[in-house]
Amino acid sequence: MREIDVTSIIKAVKDLSISTNIYLGDDVKNALRKALEKEESSLGREILQVILENHEISEREKMPICQDTGVAIVFLEVGQEVHFTGGALEDAINEGVRQGYAEGYLRKSIVADPVLKRKNTTDNTPAIIYTRIVPGDKVRIQFAPKGGGAENMSEVRMMTAAQGIEGVKDFVVDRVSRSGGNPCPPIVVGVGIGGSFERCAMLAKEALFRTIGEPNPDPEFNEVENELLRRINNLGIGPQGLGGRTTALAVHIKTVPCHIASMPVAVNIQCHVSRHGETII
Amino acid sequence: MKTVELRTPLDDDQISNLESGDKVFLSGEIYTGRDAAHKRLVKLIEDGKELPFDLKGAVIYYVGPAPSRPGQIMNSAGPTTSYRMDTFTPLLLKNGLKGTIGKGPRSMQVRESMVKNKGVYFAAVGGAAAGIAFSVKQAEVIAYEDLGPEAIRRLIVERMPLFVVNDIKGNDLFEAGVAEYRREE
Repeated sequence: MREIDVTSIIKAVKDLSISTNIYLGDDVKNALRKALEKEESSLGREILQVILENHEISEREKMPICQDTGVAIVFLEVGQEVHFTGGALEDAINEGVRQGYAEGYLRKSIVADPVLKRKNTTDNTPAIIYTRIVPGDKVRIQFAPKGGGAENMSEVRMMTAAQGIEGVKDFVVDRVSRSGGNPCPPIVVGVGIGGSFERCAMLAKEALFRTIGEPNPDPEFNEVENELLRRINNLGIGPQGLGGRTTALAVHIKTVPCHIASMPVAVNIQCHVSRHGETII
Repeated sequence: MKTVELRTPLDDDQISNLESGDKVFLSGEIYTGRDAAHKRLVKLIEDGKELPFDLKGAVIYYVGPAPSRPGQIMNSAGPTTSYRMDTFTPLLLKNGLKGTIGKGPRSMQVRESMVKNKGVYFAAVGGAAAGIAFSVKQAEVIAYEDLGPEAIRRLIVERMPLFVVNDIKGNDLFEAGVAEYRREE
């Protein structure tokens, strides 16, 4: 048994809140640079340049890359040998978000009641927390500030086995096509297939955490990803939707087993500010 | 396509000169407003009450900025997605609003309303929020402080870089751009 005081969780989440909102991963930056080299639209190139310059400004000025500093998505893997002390785990995560969003001067974008009152909670809590118990004595915290604009363009569809992989591909391309310029392209497309209604949506989100450029471990799905990326970039949506070659930087697919009657598919759209980070305690 | 230096408040002559695809550097007073503020503004108009700012010739920027640090004029402040304001925009255009700034396409009703009322829609680069903040030279909350990031702010901007998406002739830069680069499979 390993004891972990939750103050270390608070600190880790606070630091991740701030760092992920200011510093973008090299994989995303490199993908954007490559897109700039290939982009045929002059307006598209100008937009990609503005996006790349913005990364430099945010790092230099320690300002968030985007004003939408997101809802705090937290994926936790907790080793089953771990015993938390000093408070409740979920309270600690929310306290980390509270402190990070205050000290980092990040936007508080959460409303308490989603429909009727829509009153801002003023501290960006509650976070959305998914916890898995795994072997070992470590805690892995994956953190992603998820902006609203791209999240709004996401969708779950309960498909059938008869629709098959062609049905999946058409759904993904159609979802991106209908999103147009709304989700701040160039986007990253997370696709979850299998599981159940809610599980495929989580898979689609998990898929967004994969490093851009890292192939799908399954060669067949890797092929599907390549084909989808080509088809999506042929839509012509381009940077910010104003036309061009670069609509998506990557398509990431994750799959799990599912019921014989089902083929749940989820598409989670991520804007070009594809922020995530992790800490292992 | 041309580059235009534009100063608010906007009049019909300035608006008529703008064409879809033009690059604009916008200077002067603009107002921030997004979902919650729009709901309140439209309610005020429907109730025949006075608005917190003069809509005549005005430009609304769809943004909820990150909170400013002490001594900082404006923290990151990029555009939010515009379609969420589409249901409110025609009434505002009818009452004198001349320009809106956001990201993503507008509904056909908004586009028709822009043609009819002589208004334009500008795109700012979404996600390039730290850079845009430096165009803002002054900022103050003028209404709905309770909405936090969604409060209405009066901004003084200097050469804010924008693209004209919809002009008064009914052109749309999203449609034109995508049509040019789409490849049929």
